[in-house]
Amino acid sequence: MTLTKTLAAVLPTPGRLGYRFNLAGRTGLCVIAFWALIAVFGPLMSPYAPGEIVDWDYFSPMSGQFWLGTDYLGRDMLSRILMGARYTVGISLAAVAITVTAGVLLGMTAAVIGGWFDMVLSRLLDALNGIPSLLFGLVVVAAVGSSIPVLVLTLAAIYIPGAYRYARALAVNINTMDYVTVARARGETTFYLATREIFPNILGPVLADLGVRFIFIVLVLSGLSFLGLGVQPPNADWGGLVRENLEGMSLGAPAVIFPSVAIATLTISVNMFIDNLPVKIRDRSE
Amino acid sequence: MTEPLVSVRDLRIGATTDAGRKVEIIKGVSFDIAPGEIVALIGESGSGKTTIALSLMGHARPGCRISGGRIAIGGDDVTAMSETGRAALRGTRVSYVPQSAAAAFNPAKRIMAQVIEITDIHRLMPRAEAEAKAVELFRALALPEPESIGTRYPHQVSGGQLQRLSAAMALIGGPDLVIFDEPTTALDVTTQIEVLRAFKSAMAQGGASGVYVSHDLAVVAQIADRIIVLKGGEIQEEGTTGQILHAPAHPYTRALLAAFEPRPHAAVPAPGHPAQPRPIIEVAHLHAGYGPISDGAPQAKVLQDVSFRLERGRNLGVIGESGSGKSTLARAIAGILPPYRGTVLVDGTEMRPDLRNRSKEELRRAQIVFQLADTALNPAHSIGAILGRPLAFYHGMRGQAAERRVIELLDMVQLPANLRFRLPGELSGGQKQRVNFARALAAEPELVLCDEITSALDTVVAAAIIDLLKELQRELDLSYLFISHDLSTVEAICDDVLVMHKGRVVEALPARDMSAKAAHPYSRLLISSIPQLDTGWLASLEQDPELVRQFALR
Amino acid sequence: MSPSLLPWYYVGQRFAIALLTLLIISFTVFFATQLLPGDVAEILLGQAATPEAVAGLREAMGLNAPALSQYAGWLAGLAHGDLGTSYANRMEVSELISGRLANSLRLAGVTTLISVPFALALGILAAMYRGSALDRAISICTISVISVPEFMLATLAVLVFAVWLGWLPALSIGGNADTLGGLLKTYAMPVISLAIGVSAQMVRMTRAAVIETIQTPYVEMALLKGASRWRMVIGHALPNAIGPIANAIALSLSYLVGGVIIVETVFNYPGVAKLMVDAVATRDLPLIQSCAMIFCVSYLSLITLADIVAILSNPRLRR
Repeated sequence: MTLTKTLAAVLPTPGRLGYRFNLAGRTGLCVIAFWALIAVFGPLMSPYAPGEIVDWDYFSPMSGQFWLGTDYLGRDMLSRILMGARYTVGISLAAVAITVTAGVLLGMTAAVIGGWFDMVLSRLLDALNGIPSLLFGLVVVAAVGSSIPVLVLTLAAIYIPGAYRYARALAVNINTMDYVTVARARGETTFYLATREIFPNILGPVLADLGVRFIFIVLVLSGLSFLGLGVQPPNADWGGLVRENLEGMSLGAPAVIFPSVAIATLTISVNMFIDNLPVKIRDRSE
Repeated sequence: MTEPLVSVRDLRIGATTDAGRKVEIIKGVSFDIAPGEIVALIGESGSGKTTIALSLMGHARPGCRISGGRIAIGGDDVTAMSETGRAALRGTRVSYVPQSAAAAFNPAKRIMAQVIEITDIHRLMPRAEAEAKAVELFRALALPEPESIGTRYPHQVSGGQLQRLSAAMALIGGPDLVIFDEPTTALDVTTQIEVLRAFKSAMAQGGASGVYVSHDLAVVAQIADRIIVLKGGEIQEEGTTGQILHAPAHPYTRALLAAFEPRPHAAVPAPGHPAQPRPIIEVAHLHAGYGPISDGAPQAKVLQDVSFRLERGRNLGVIGESGSGKSTLARAIAGILPPYRGTVLVDGTEMRPDLRNRSKEELRRAQIVFQLADTALNPAHSIGAILGRPLAFYHGMRGQAAERRVIELLDMVQLPANLRFRLPGELSGGQKQRVNFARALAAEPELVLCDEITSALDTVVAAAIIDLLKELQRELDLSYLFISHDLSTVEAICDDVLVMHKGRVVEALPARDMSAKAAHPYSRLLISSIPQLDTGWLASLEQDPELVRQFALR
Repeated sequence: MSPSLLPWYYVGQRFAIALLTLLIISFTVFFATQLLPGDVAEILLGQAATPEAVAGLREAMGLNAPALSQYAGWLAGLAHGDLGTSYANRMEVSELISGRLANSLRLAGVTTLISVPFALALGILAAMYRGSALDRAISICTISVISVPEFMLATLAVLVFAVWLGWLPALSIGGNADTLGGLLKTYAMPVISLAIGVSAQMVRMTRAAVIETIQTPYVEMALLKGASRWRMVIGHALPNAIGPIANAIALSLSYLVGGVIIVETVFNYPGVAKLMVDAVATRDLPLIQSCAMIFCVSYLSLITLADIVAILSNPRLRR
């Protein structure tokens, strides 16, 4: 018990490791937190039901009644964007969680076991990495149709090879460290080596990688929805909202601008946050 | 007294840490260098010696900044110059010989183009003339095939040759001051001699002043006129080489010199009596190597036919240069690199080649300790967890009992108990190496394989670790297999010594009087190549050129 | 092996890997489109088809054969240039694709010609003046661009150039490509949208590759010889950054594959990508398979080419 307490007392926090976030990094973090809160609580705050036609006019501008205007059917944009956050952020988070978990597990296993297991797995996943991401999405959606579970799994599958390659490269580096050799010479199992010796030391870069892949996934999901292959009407994620209201573009309608702005603020802030992490964590292999 | 060539007054250099904190790493340093004089900057890691040397060229590494003071070269204030002014100074008046020539040569360009680049940048002379001068310098630096070596790429010549080529690169512009930044540290001792000799004669011919940065007093004694001793960014003592070596005034200088004092180990008599029937370790005809295996032997055969025995309570040193296979020997014994032929007996029990097939008890008895404590301690685990793991793994010890034992272990290696809450990154190099050793002790081993465990440490710290090792041996009845390239360290702790060369044991010697008793030509060459704390050592050293050609890896 | 042949050995090895990769990709594409959807015959005939009709079509299309032999047959067809018949309009897939492919290649070619020199220059400049106002400005611009979806770049371009400024038509069909002005008008919008995205990627990766080389000891050595900034970067860093830069170009151009899908849709440009998106809407599987393979092959060729440049530019393998 005392030893576990010893461990807990020295969690490698930013301050302890000798770095801090600068202004841009903090701003990024704040915007991320904002959208995370919206995704959870947004629909509770929305002034109208997202699917309800509330305005006789369509593409109406911003007003006191409809803060972000209305869409092509006269539905309230603010409510639809708040609801869209749940789809965009939720689907992307679920997908990125699957991607990174699978990538890290496979990557660490390949690094520790090595040999032909590593070779076959690496070759196979590298080959899958050769399929352009949006194309992969198109093909799968064309084949099995679009639903939220299909989207989550497809998006996850697209980025597993990349997450694997990244985690494996990190784990291979750590695996050559003397402390891993010492543990191996002590007689520790593969499981112990992977979870206790290697994992804590790749966690930082893996979290940064998670952020990068989250952005990719948001972009591909938005792209799919924009092509009409993502979240299906009457529901819509942010990419879908842009597609629905594309006709309003020539009018400069807020209905087409604000969903785009929502996507941009989310992805830019994640990028800003990651870019301002200390080099030793950010160090991406791309 | 003549006007000094270099005059440094109250130099201050600041640095910004990752956390954005500002620290002063050079705290008001002042010294002069006369024309034609060679001054050594000596100190341990973090003493600021390289930082000071680079500042003489008006250069500060990224993150560092010259924050105060004045540096004058031949009367011109370097600190006040513009970047263009400094660029004009570099290469022509002040030039630089880097620590690792292998990294400082551009891999994509031919050697000649890089050696004469200074003449091109500063438009000093036509290309043909520059190439002729370079060939002359190659000859002066005793490089082989001086006419054609310039047409090669850097990866096509050896490390010792590259280091000499980098001196040619520094001397081509006819500078007033040459900065040598630990130029022989990365070389093997037998190579170091040739390089040092070349530097010395080239500098004597050219008449330029020199700044020689090093951590090794014995090397500096061969080449410097004056020595400046640095610690923590401040000058501790300054004096002629003779005065520093023979009449040091500052306690820190004395500590540096004391680390050089031979402290021969009181050898444990070889027991011939039946009370100890079995040696703690006996190795017979051991072969090991890397790469794909064909015909029962791997492609790269590193270790060949190594045999020795080590009696309980005695210590065996293994010495040799890089590539001699000495570290591979430790890995083969530990089963990390399974030997493909030969046997390892620990206390009479035969060990399986691969450690995965050995029992926990067998693994516990022989522990291995690595050179670099930085990479040997998991940076994400607390010291308590690092020391606690072998306790739990081998002895099933947990909770209060484990915690008490961790404190005990820390006490054994003379570290305070509250260190167990720290992360390795928060410890000094010496502290980390103590923890590294304490982890091996936690297993309660009988044999400890020490792989260069003092090589990465500063001399004073290393000496303290050796004392600790000796003391622990008396208390805990340990035997050490001590691998090192440093003969004086081996002499200080071992009873017997194996000399290795290209994967084979060339000779077994008693650790005392190694130089007198060595019979094999390679052992003699190796032992005679160790720099001595004596200004005349290099000049008076005579080595058989035939021997050098045969064994030295240049 | 003689050392002069060593680079070519690695190049050969790289080709072998590319072929293996292609095989795995083709299997994945085939598996995803042919086997995943369940019953292709049912899709074709619709929900109302009689079981007999479905069974008949299955037999006719060879869908009862084992999956592996179906795959082998499809692969053999691909190798002979037989891309199959479109479900939607019973035309040869190769016929549908050929004209469209030329259009897409033209779009990609023009984009590449514009973005590569532009992006390399910006990337190298940003690396040379790292930390300066110029570097930070470039950094902010490129981050913003790579953070937004491709369709946003395209719609933004329409908004600026077509709606507000009125310089260019919003759609690229109907343009007359005979005159220079007509050509510009046809290609300008799609090319601008694509080039911005591709360039942003390339600038970032080039900058990173050059900075990595600038931080090496041999570039510091050049500084200590009195070399100017230009000499350090152009003379010392760049020759060693050729491999990584080739890689950066290839990876950024592969962004074209994703970008072109969106851009052709937004501008209604008659290319392969538009064809494929339309095929997805009608679930025209043979057409989708062929288009997907075209994209994968072009992506793979780019990556392989970059790897080969990196191998041949490695001085340690020279002579």
